[in-house]
Amino acid sequence: MSGGWRATVGAGSCGLAAGAAATRRALQKSAQGLGIDLQVATTGCIGLCAREVLVELRDPDQTTWLYGEIAAERVPELLQRHVQKGEPWIERLLLRDGIPVHDNDFWDLQTRRILARCGAIDPESLEHYKQHGGYAGLQKALARPPEELVAAVALAGLRGRGGAGYPTANKWRACRETASDLRYVVCNADEGDPGAFMDRNLLEGDPHAVLEGLILAAYAVGAELGLVYVRDEYPLAAKRMQCAIDAARQAGILGEHARGPGQGFDVELRRGAGAFVCGEETALIAAIEGERGIPQRRPPFPTERGLWEKPTSINNVETYANVSWIAAHGAAAFRSQGTAASPGTKIFSLAGDVARGGLVEVGMGTSIAQVLQDIGGGGRGGRKLKAVQIGGPSGGCLPASRFGTPIDFEALPGEGAIMGSGGLVALDDTACMVDVARYFVGFLRDESCGRCSACRVGTLRMYEILTRICSGGGVLSDLDELQRLAQSVGDLSACGLGRSAPNPVLSTLRWFRDEYLAHILEHRCPAGRCRTLTQFVIDPYLCDGCQRCYRQCGYGAIALLGRGVAMQIAGDVCGSCGGCRDVCGFGAVRVV
Amino acid sequence: MADSTADPQLASVVREALRQRPGDVVGVLQAIQAACGYLPKPALALLAAETGRSLAQLYGVISFYATFSLERRGRVVIRVCQGTACHVRGAARVTEALAQHLHIEPGDTTEDFEFTLETVACLGCCSLAPVVTVAGHTHGRVDGPHAVAALAQVTDFAEDLL
Repeated sequence: MSGGWRATVGAGSCGLAAGAAATRRALQKSAQGLGIDLQVATTGCIGLCAREVLVELRDPDQTTWLYGEIAAERVPELLQRHVQKGEPWIERLLLRDGIPVHDNDFWDLQTRRILARCGAIDPESLEHYKQHGGYAGLQKALARPPEELVAAVALAGLRGRGGAGYPTANKWRACRETASDLRYVVCNADEGDPGAFMDRNLLEGDPHAVLEGLILAAYAVGAELGLVYVRDEYPLAAKRMQCAIDAARQAGILGEHARGPGQGFDVELRRGAGAFVCGEETALIAAIEGERGIPQRRPPFPTERGLWEKPTSINNVETYANVSWIAAHGAAAFRSQGTAASPGTKIFSLAGDVARGGLVEVGMGTSIAQVLQDIGGGGRGGRKLKAVQIGGPSGGCLPASRFGTPIDFEALPGEGAIMGSGGLVALDDTACMVDVARYFVGFLRDESCGRCSACRVGTLRMYEILTRICSGGGVLSDLDELQRLAQSVGDLSACGLGRSAPNPVLSTLRWFRDEYLAHILEHRCPAGRCRTLTQFVIDPYLCDGCQRCYRQCGYGAIALLGRGVAMQIAGDVCGSCGGCRDVCGFGAVRVV
Repeated sequence: MADSTADPQLASVVREALRQRPGDVVGVLQAIQAACGYLPKPALALLAAETGRSLAQLYGVISFYATFSLERRGRVVIRVCQGTACHVRGAARVTEALAQHLHIEPGDTTEDFEFTLETVACLGCCSLAPVVTVAGHTHGRVDGPHAVAALAQVTDFAEDLL
């Protein structure tokens, strides 16, 4: 290793969105300008997305310093302070040798088991993966009969991480026991839930862990070919996975003897083309076969008759990463986290109105409050969190009073939500729950494949009713109508998308009925989100006259009365978009 | 743009895609769209002939998936993320500002074929919401004015894509 400095930039899609590429260029340029011997590398998502761009400096003594919020323009200062003057930039320092300096709870309260390598290794290096224990589990497993691997995964109690929680070992057994000349394994990387990005990060940050799990599954079920189905919206994930596949082929991990002498196994990457329903396994199969992604009736399950009519075992990205972990560390170690019925850890993506959004891994059974309030730091800008949307379009919204609920496969359904794949979107008092329900129903209306009329028409009708309520034209009987429609859509749809489509409506009706009533009876949107029902004013006593609201207003509705003088909104021009409220640092913009 | 039946360049795009992705119709369509920016009709006619599928069958597949376009799109495609986090953090304002600036509605292309404005299902950069991609380059934590400003920087993009 070089005796100089090294800077590693967190360059997942999230890092790139925050400007990681510019930061990387600035590091190279600035180091050159300052005459510093600096090697610049990239890694996957380090986890604390709220502090992007994240840069880890490693000094010549091998001590590591993780810095947050290092946009390109801050790079010269970082290098001058830390490298040239030898004074760490304490305000921006997050971790020193892995020990928290800031945001302690974010790091201390997690169990980063599956994410251990994410943000630590170069995701495009097979060598790095091996140095961090990669492919050791595969080697061990291949030396023993496949039944032992299935038994280990059964003993670990691993349940599918894509949402349904089906025991992985059972799926494998069913596939293995179906007589056939050919079998397939598929990695479902069609992470379609809006607000979820666990799988994207795993593929971008530690693709070999997913690939290793897929090879293990192939060994367990006796498959000759594996396919990784990556959704269209994840170009970087697809690129890194392809890179991992190529490297594994070159190293002989894939190819002629992948599952043992003479037992070949290869993996192909397929890209989705933008269809949420393709996350459903029979629809995913149709998509790979080049058809419209319309779900088929089960049984027969794909494990009996799947891709190209052959038995096929389909697991989710995170499930495969867990399989790799179990192969390396054993079933007993796996069970040291989580609950008896939901063993192991779960990765959650934390977003929305939370102070510290990012990628979080905790033992299953951890409460929502621990994840949102402690790890996530509560509401953004000190605002109070009102609700959490959990489980995406198939899940539901829970109020703050239910934040004590443990997150696992068992507890959440009783509250009207599901754990789902792990998306957590925090909502504060500026989020309207009727609007959130409308958003999800609109999403499902767009994504319904159209096969079952209950889903195709039901989501449309629910959307119309919700739109009416949001624009102030709702009537009280709409609530019963919504309830009835939701019930029908759930009962009369064939696939999981349709069956769970009512959840966003039912959970908001259950927990946030008062907001529906405010819209219908008082023609008022308490959160100030529904535009036709909202008017904003600026409180002259709180306004500092900073003009931020003026600069961002797209309607020209804010009068400029001079710096330091309180702003005013012209009600007749105002589009009620709420942009001024979002940028106001003084809480001066209020809903009338 | 290659839009004539006899276009040999278009034919080679289709044949090359078929050679590289045998049996993967969606993948072949993606390759054609990547090369042409959209799915030109002559290419589909050729694809139908080569694969033994009818044009109607191909149309069924194409119309099912959100990414495919049968119409020529702009040189720069702008995609505004519609994920949950982006929605609650103001994606609608971003779409509005871009639509106003370009004088087009989401889904449309400017007359000079410079920009196409699209919405897209969650890009998975939720903690940086709202998110917009411009010519494949992702911008996080944008508001309307930021997103409009991003359109002016299109030239730097190639090297920013890791």
